[in-house]
Amino acid sequence: MVEVHSVSKSYGLKAVVDDVSVNIEKGKITSFIGPNGAGKSTLLSIISRLMSADSGEVLIDGQKVKETKSRDLAKKIAILKQSNHLSLRLSVRDLVSFGRFPYSQGKLTKEDHVYIDEAIRYMELEDMQDKYLDQLSGGQKQRAFIAMTIAQDTEYILLDEPLNNLDMKHSVQIMKVLRRLADELGKTVLIVIHDINFASVYSDYIVALKDGKIEAQGTVNEIITSLTLKQIYGMDMSIQEINNQKICVYFS
Amino acid sequence: MREKSKLILLVILAAASIAGYLFIELGPNWDYALPRRAEKIAAIVLTGSVIAIATLLFQTVTNNRILTPSIIGLDSLYMLVQTTLVFFLGSTSLTVMNKQVNFAISVGFMVLFALVLYRLLFRREGQNIYFLLLLGLIFGTFFGSFTSFMQVLIDPNEFQIIQDRMFASFNNIQTEVFMMAIALTGATLLYLMKFVKYLDVLSLGKDTAINLGVDYDYTVKRLLVIIAILISVATALVGPITFLGLLVVNVAYEMFKTYKHSTLIFASALVSVVALAGGQMLVEHVFTFSTQLSVIINFIGGIYFIYLLLKESKK
Repeated sequence: MVEVHSVSKSYGLKAVVDDVSVNIEKGKITSFIGPNGAGKSTLLSIISRLMSADSGEVLIDGQKVKETKSRDLAKKIAILKQSNHLSLRLSVRDLVSFGRFPYSQGKLTKEDHVYIDEAIRYMELEDMQDKYLDQLSGGQKQRAFIAMTIAQDTEYILLDEPLNNLDMKHSVQIMKVLRRLADELGKTVLIVIHDINFASVYSDYIVALKDGKIEAQGTVNEIITSLTLKQIYGMDMSIQEINNQKICVYFS
Repeated sequence: MREKSKLILLVILAAASIAGYLFIELGPNWDYALPRRAEKIAAIVLTGSVIAIATLLFQTVTNNRILTPSIIGLDSLYMLVQTTLVFFLGSTSLTVMNKQVNFAISVGFMVLFALVLYRLLFRREGQNIYFLLLLGLIFGTFFGSFTSFMQVLIDPNEFQIIQDRMFASFNNIQTEVFMMAIALTGATLLYLMKFVKYLDVLSLGKDTAINLGVDYDYTVKRLLVIIAILISVATALVGPITFLGLLVVNVAYEMFKTYKHSTLIFASALVSVVALAGGQMLVEHVFTFSTQLSVIINFIGGIYFIYLLLKESKK
């Protein structure tokens, strides 16, 4: 379980994350939603030690993140930030291999290759594993990066806007993979996501942030209601049930 | 194994240019000429490799392939130290003073400056590495202005002595300090071995490196100190020559098209040796000392730099 205890972070005078406490269930997909600048990405960065909080603490499986060795954490938690621009000449397989660094420190073993093959298969990248990253489209690149985090074989996978710049087909494909990671392999997935319909259909829990504070949290059914969404986004949405899935219609 | 054959090719080229430099037009008094040439070529090999490795490390740490470590102002600081010495102690200090003392002072100041700069950077958490570059750039300009200020005040004859130091030259290598330089470089490179495995990961960027379990601040701080020592040694040995690094590292990248630093370190060092030894051969035998190697390097390097900028902007 990931426990966040009254974490705050400010840039200058502006509090980006303001006294946030939240617990993340194991083996589920939790989506962080909220307007731009609500502090979602910052919170994800703090949980994954990319940033340190001004106050408060984060515990992963009862261990304080601050006091855990970075290399040990890398076997427990993986984070993928948005916008991964690389000017390196790297093949897809090379990139995915980097996911094994916490274990092998650069010298790949037979076992590492098994994990790498599996991650590539999971993201359906077999055909293009020898292609270089600069030959790939945005969606393929994004899948390659996700494959790297899968090869890292961590219990917790944190993704910051994984659907950014992807078309519907690839978005759905990625969300389905995340669903499988949670359901088949028991991974805990945390994502920051803007499209609330993807959050509604594919996640188990939703945490809504606004102005650095938690506005609402709960299961999908609890959060995806006209009233709660109005509180979060400040606009009217009608919720339609289609095929047992709650779809928000926000085009007014 | 194309990588291996390319490396072997480079080794052969490097050996050929070293041999060429040593034996062309050796003349009948070889027992006099050969040891002198050997001394010079040893300094060339050392400086070349050191500059190449330092630049490669710097580009990896900053994730930028068109930067050289000179941007943090170490070259300008070297000139400032030399000028200050002449300003207060007179030009005789440079010629009379024990070369080892001068070397120790120069290297000492440069490393100290780098440490202070990094202190400023890493005191606050989450500081951007570009902040360091900006600070270094400002300090470098400051040192440069201060140096020219002192240079216009001193006697023109004294200025001439300093001018010799302003351009990198292999014609007056400080051979007296060579052993010190080798010892310092050897120790630094040994220390670098500890961090080589992190370099590939660092080239993926800060966030990915942390995600993969690299202790980012710790590693980068040590790498920056290693870079500062290597640059200081090379500068104190032959003068400001960091532009060479930009050239050879990029040639190594283009030749090998790889991200693996275990290969790139050797490749860029070898390219550097080929460029320097070959260039010095041109200077001595083709131009018969009518020009300096650094002029040729800056000329070719400048053209290549513009080419790089044009290529990057097209992307």
